[in-house]
Amino acid sequence: MIQLAAFYLFASIMIGSGAAVILSRNPVHSVLWLILAFFNAAGLMLLVGAEFIAMLLVIVYVGAVAVLFLFVVMMLNIDFAELRSGFARYGIFGAAIAAVLAIEVGVADESWHAGALQLGARAAVTPDVATMPNIQALGAELYTHYLYIFEGAGLVLLVAMIGAIVLTHRSAKGVRAQNVGSQVRRRPQDATRNMNPDVGAGVEL
Amino acid sequence: MITLGHYLIVSAILFVMGVLGIFINRKNIIIILMAIELILLSVNLNLVAFSAYLHDLVGQIFAMFVLTVAAGEAAIGLAILVIYFRSRGTIAVDDVNRMKG
Repeated sequence: MIQLAAFYLFASIMIGSGAAVILSRNPVHSVLWLILAFFNAAGLMLLVGAEFIAMLLVIVYVGAVAVLFLFVVMMLNIDFAELRSGFARYGIFGAAIAAVLAIEVGVADESWHAGALQLGARAAVTPDVATMPNIQALGAELYTHYLYIFEGAGLVLLVAMIGAIVLTHRSAKGVRAQNVGSQVRRRPQDATRNMNPDVGAGVEL
Repeated sequence: MITLGHYLIVSAILFVMGVLGIFINRKNIIIILMAIELILLSVNLNLVAFSAYLHDLVGQIFAMFVLTVAAGEAAIGLAILVIYFRSRGTIAVDDVNRMKG
């Protein structure tokens, strides 16, 4: 009973804040509603026992992605009133697309109730929570059968990081930075020497 | 009694909301990126719900990978947004033709 109450609480707040994300006039408010939606989604995931994914959602989304959004929204000086124009024209089209999607989801739900498909065997049976906690079971699966995909995910993050730095990096003009390459290439015969010539003998260049 | 159907309906509502958000905020790319995050969140919710229903951990593992890709996508998308804003002074994207594609 208490699970059902918690489910309806989390689900209603998540859907409400999801609606506020796309309808809010101020993008800063949108980001804050997005954070609320992620918190409630984490609650929904906790209800079915996916503790690690729920915590990951809070840490990665609320801690990193949402703050990144907030940072960009506040850093750029954007005229948001101008961006709101055309709301009604696009709104009709978008509502049509959303209605089509909703009908398709309903059809899929009905056909699910008509009889479950036998899609195949389970790949990794969830162990009993009493014997092994969720995070340990996930780790045991992730670092064995899905090791290469896991490393691929790390590679994706590395590429994303380098890409973001390369895209946004600006080298400052008018600053005399140290040029390591020219320092390393420097040879002794190109350098200035300290000479002490005899009187009248001149200097060999 | 919470069933799989409850979770599927909630994530379907969230998915449709994300798609709707892309269309009604066609000019504002920041809201479009947030709507894409909503869509990916609903996909994650679906994966986790099926993982719990089928007693199969693979759903949660794939939810983690979806999360990874979503984080990378947000970072790259916002970086492109920042350089676009630097060169144009606006983020209206409904008539982008910088690359003449």
